[in-house]
Amino acid sequence: MRIAVDVNGVERSADIEPRLLLIHFIRDELGLTGSHWGCDTSNCGACVLWLDDTPVKSCTILAAMADGHRVRTVEGLERDGVLDPVQQGFAHCHGLQCGFCTPGMLMTARWLLDHCPDPTPTQVREAISGQVCRCTGYENIVRSVLWAARQERENRA
Amino acid sequence: MTGPADHNGRDGYGAVARKEDARFIRGLGTFIDDVTMPGMLHGAILRSPLPHAVITAIDTSAAEAHPGVAAVITGAMLAERGLAWMPTLSGDVQPVLATDKVRFQGQEVAFVVARDRYAARDALELITVDYEPLPVVVEAGQALAGSAPVIRDDRPGQADNKIFDWSAGDAEATERVFAAADVVVTGDMLYPRCHPAPLETCGAVADLDRVSGRLTIWATTQAPHPHRTFYSLITGLPEHKIRVISPDIGGGFGNKVPIYPGYVCAIVGSMLTGRPVKWVEDRSENLMATSFARDYHMHGEIAATRDGTILGLRARVLADHGAFNGAAQPTKFPAGFFHIFTGSYDLRAAHCEVTGVYTNKAPGGVAYSCSFRVTEAVYLVERMVDLLAAELGADPAELRMRNLLRPEQFPYTCPTGWEYDSGDYPRALRMALDIAGYPELRREQAERRAHGEYMGIGISFFTEGVGAGPRKHMDILGLGMADGADLRVYPTGAAVLAISCQTQGQGHETTFAQIVAAELGLSPDDVEVVHGDTDRTPFGLGTYGSRSTAVSGAAAAIAARRVRERAKIVAAAMLEAAPEDLEWSDGAWRVRGDPEQCRDIRQIAMAAHSGLELPAGVEGHLDAGSVYNPPNLTFPFGAYICVTDVDPGTGVVTVRRFIAVDDCGVRINPMIVAGQIHRGLADGIGMALMQAISFDSDGNCLAGSFMDYLLPTAVECPSWELGSTVTPSPHHPIGAKGIGESATVGSPAAVVNSVIDALAPFGVRHADMPLTPAAVWRAIQGRPLRPDLATS
Ligand code: FES
Ligand code: FES
Repeated sequence: MRIAVDVNGVERSADIEPRLLLIHFIRDELGLTGSHWGCDTSNCGACVLWLDDTPVKSCTILAAMADGHRVRTVEGLERDGVLDPVQQGFAHCHGLQCGFCTPGMLMTARWLLDHCPDPTPTQVREAISGQVCRCTGYENIVRSVLWAARQERENRA
Repeated sequence: MTGPADHNGRDGYGAVARKEDARFIRGLGTFIDDVTMPGMLHGAILRSPLPHAVITAIDTSAAEAHPGVAAVITGAMLAERGLAWMPTLSGDVQPVLATDKVRFQGQEVAFVVARDRYAARDALELITVDYEPLPVVVEAGQALAGSAPVIRDDRPGQADNKIFDWSAGDAEATERVFAAADVVVTGDMLYPRCHPAPLETCGAVADLDRVSGRLTIWATTQAPHPHRTFYSLITGLPEHKIRVISPDIGGGFGNKVPIYPGYVCAIVGSMLTGRPVKWVEDRSENLMATSFARDYHMHGEIAATRDGTILGLRARVLADHGAFNGAAQPTKFPAGFFHIFTGSYDLRAAHCEVTGVYTNKAPGGVAYSCSFRVTEAVYLVERMVDLLAAELGADPAELRMRNLLRPEQFPYTCPTGWEYDSGDYPRALRMALDIAGYPELRREQAERRAHGEYMGIGISFFTEGVGAGPRKHMDILGLGMADGADLRVYPTGAAVLAISCQTQGQGHETTFAQIVAAELGLSPDDVEVVHGDTDRTPFGLGTYGSRSTAVSGAAAAIAARRVRERAKIVAAAMLEAAPEDLEWSDGAWRVRGDPEQCRDIRQIAMAAHSGLELPAGVEGHLDAGSVYNPPNLTFPFGAYICVTDVDPGTGVVTVRRFIAVDDCGVRINPMIVAGQIHRGLADGIGMALMQAISFDSDGNCLAGSFMDYLLPTAVECPSWELGSTVTPSPHHPIGAKGIGESATVGSPAAVVNSVIDALAPFGVRHADMPLTPAAVWRAIQGRPLRPDLATS
């Protein structure tokens, strides 16, 4: 079947098998390998990207379901050569080690700050609680998101 | 010494931001599944559904007829090429694809190569295998029973399921100490089978160039160089025709040390099809078939005087190694470094015995974020000390303080022969108790208990032996555990360091640049670190057992010092001075007594590559290399305190606080050090409270997904409270000891001690990990669960 998806602002269309998962469409068909795959059971969140304006686990969604919708991935965070504050925050606060969970964490963090610009540490923890990081013990991910939130508030002020 | 406020601190070589982050925050890392090549095919493995069975027939015809399939490979086909079996890290053998029997659930039976990953999976469904089931051995305790089937009947002369008997320490001296002791406390405890579960699973892309005969294999390996040697030995390809590339690795934690059948299948697939072949396992394959850790069934005994002086320690261990002995450890040490089990205490005598057995479970026994079996050892001694405290009615903090090794005892030779390099243990414990506010916590606990609330305070103190190791004593499959470093300094002074160890997230591109920069007076930005490509790096055994800083870091520092010495001669020629009149200070060679007369590395590098006349016999250029053969292990240590709240109605454990004081010697990048500690603390919570690979009595693995093999998330982890002390290693060139695994080693015992402390009013003396709500609730009921087995 043929689908057309707006990926990071660019219209992408392809002939696909109806069973193709969105994560495999993004990675294998489009070559956007920033989104990762880490489990068989929708538990790890390495595959989190946005479908329209909501973070989803793209291993649990068929590419066909994204037909006519917008997808935003980690590759779409940087704008005009400027890193998103959440990207800056992760680098600044050592919010990543191996980097495998990072794209999914960044997409959730971006969504959180769009909806909750001044989160508490507990709110950050809850926001990422559907995602696993095996490297950071989460502490510095929380700090990274809070750093980005502060940065954005300062930028607005 | 720095206090807790500095835990992302500014000491050491500087908390500089990581170089590697630039690509990862943009989603531009290159992990194994991101590697693609023109014409690449995809492989998938058919695995055994049964834990023990004879294969009577395999029919692959329907799979071969699938239009997307390029090749179907079976054990019989591999046997024709002499490739059906491969060596394990412990010198045992393991099938690449089963020929005669399957011996664990999930064992590799056939390999399909197809045009894409979906077609490969479809074709697996078309293969039919006839199995004749055999009786299974699931429990290590049953492996040596006379009625147990002999699992490894492929091994000539193997008449039972025993792999080894091994012991350390002085049995007679220990017996004498025990006989004279006022108090002897015993305890049986299981360190359950668990799995490192890096977020990225294992995989490989193999590309055999038929014209040149060169094999390039991208693989998720923590040890690219030994892998190259083993691929050569397995396939018969000459080693210089093999290039192993370890791309960005999405976590390893020991899981990515061994060679797995899938890697070899990808190579054979490329040989047969003439095309690059990718194999990436799914999560259930990772959990069910790649290397597990622990699975130590331990009996401990501790002897003490009535007033709380610990005299001796004994342990008997049954080690479940699964169906093939794939344990990762130096050859002479079949139980790893378990005999460091005397821990951090001043004992008179100790003795341990370990028996390794085969069972019908996945092979392995990797060092999951620890130096070989040190986690099991620390867990045993720290639980035993708490059991002793309970028996004596002593405070566990005071009991530890009383028995810790004292600073003046270092270097200290423990009763089983390890020579601890340096330490100030009481200082670390005092700092942890201070951060925790220990007396206040005990008061709060007493108050809560009076109200029927169950709060626990658990302490552990650990000593690790890391950085294997002296070549004289330590090798893996005959390869001595030394590591090389090559340092090139270009004419402009920019430097490239090539190392043999392999980051999986530890930040080597940053910390190794810091080491070299500090030695040469450069900025870390001036030093590029090359790793993960055997064509571009010197030989070395790779990253596990906290070896990177301890071994490769030393190699890098020595290479940089050699560069500096070469630079001295050039500087002397530039300054028209005698080399002996120069001294290195403030990032430059300076004339003694006239420090303004100086040359820094940039100036010297350009001169070294120029026409400057050098003394006879001096070749010019500055490049240097080194191979570091460590004289001893390094011995990081730390004091951990965990505060938990336990709901006796549901058995739910909440970790309220976790205090960790670590001493890893000199810290290169304190920010990265803190991150490493955070990781290990989360690991400890995972192992203590949720992570276990368990089986049913038929040998079915019950932890084949992240729905069953639970990992800690952000809501189960508290905000970590760190403190640090710095006791440099006297024998390491920069005084560093290694930090990658300390917290994984030290933290599980603190969590368990805390939960058992919370449950003390119920008379609970011990419960095995993982302390799931069910396990805690059952412990309160006095009917403890077997966490490793689901039996009715
Ligand atoms: S890949 Fe694990 S949740 Fe999607
Ligand atoms: S940084 Fe490795 S999994 Fe999160």
